[in-house]
Amino acid sequence: MASALINLPQRARRGEFIEVKTLVSHPMETGYRRSQLGVPIPQDIIRLFICTYNGEEVFRAELHPAIAANPFIVFSTVATASGTLEFHWTGDNGFSVTESVAITVD
Amino acid sequence: MLRPGAGLGALAAAALAVAASASAGDIPLPERRSGYDFTSRETRAMQDDDGANPGLLWVLEGEGLWKNKAGSAARSCADCHGDARASMKGVAARHPSFDAALGRPVDLEQRINACRLNQQKAPALAWESRELLALTAYVARQSRGLPVEAGADPRAQPFLDAGRAAFHRRQGQLNLACSQCHDDNWGRRLAGNVIPQAHPTGYPLYRLEWQSLGSLQRRLRNCLVGIRAEPYDYGAAELVDLELFLMWRARGMTIEAPAVRP
Repeated sequence: MASALINLPQRARRGEFIEVKTLVSHPMETGYRRSQLGVPIPQDIIRLFICTYNGEEVFRAELHPAIAANPFIVFSTVATASGTLEFHWTGDNGFSVTESVAITVD
Repeated sequence: MLRPGAGLGALAAAALAVAASASAGDIPLPERRSGYDFTSRETRAMQDDDGANPGLLWVLEGEGLWKNKAGSAARSCADCHGDARASMKGVAARHPSFDAALGRPVDLEQRINACRLNQQKAPALAWESRELLALTAYVARQSRGLPVEAGADPRAQPFLDAGRAAFHRRQGQLNLACSQCHDDNWGRRLAGNVIPQAHPTGYPLYRLEWQSLGSLQRRLRNCLVGIRAEPYDYGAAELVDLELFLMWRARGMTIEAPAVRP
């Protein structure tokens, strides 16, 4: 299943601010809802999002039940060197998605 | 609020009539507007940016499914249709389209499932399942920017007429016809929401209320529940006829699938 979409510039100048857009597929079930039969629907959310840039953590977000399905997280960072940005989402029921995107810095 | 039977004569008459009158009849062609125009700036921005449009998650998944071999025929969509970017271009703009074997129009979801059953020898995908939405979104995406062409086939005319009749038929405990909101009162508010003109140019679309992608049939069933009518089952002929009429009503408008709506 295609579970994550990452958008960031493929090339950037050293020291430039780059915007990173991430979208991940997840229902973000709050745990506060009940089914039509009145049975509580168990909580199932993403808990943590981390982005590392050539191994160094540049962004981290904790997610909570009030965040909508398919969380869209946008942040900016500074293009320091050519390499890889790695994105990691972890959550309930062993949810774990990792994506990586290469960037060239001139 | 009975309205005259539609047709070219009625259309011309409506174009001359004062548009803001209580029962304006069919919307004159130049006054038609996509639901996109009725949504907030933020929602439009979400639809326009492929990095922010959550519908793209389904498109991406559909792209993967397109190449998956399925069923006892062990064939993928790509084995017959090749590159969807070329072969599926304009397909969503022509659906629902008349199926000669069935003798009636089928919508895009039904067409995909017919392919699964007959060509791939695989079980049909359930309505609103992630897989069917993903494949439909991927196929519909290839028509983005193209004009709606559905309803031009003369063989589909009786079904289009049935859809038109359903659109103008009062239904449910609230005794409302689709046309009373979407022809006569579009642009006004219903419970705080702007009533759009009901042009299905963006399906399957991501509805923020659903927190998911959904089909036009899901939307139509929602509307039926809203007027407290018994919704037709998924795949019912009545829903497909209505889809056909709505697509014909939006003829020439631009496909925006997968759209984003509140």
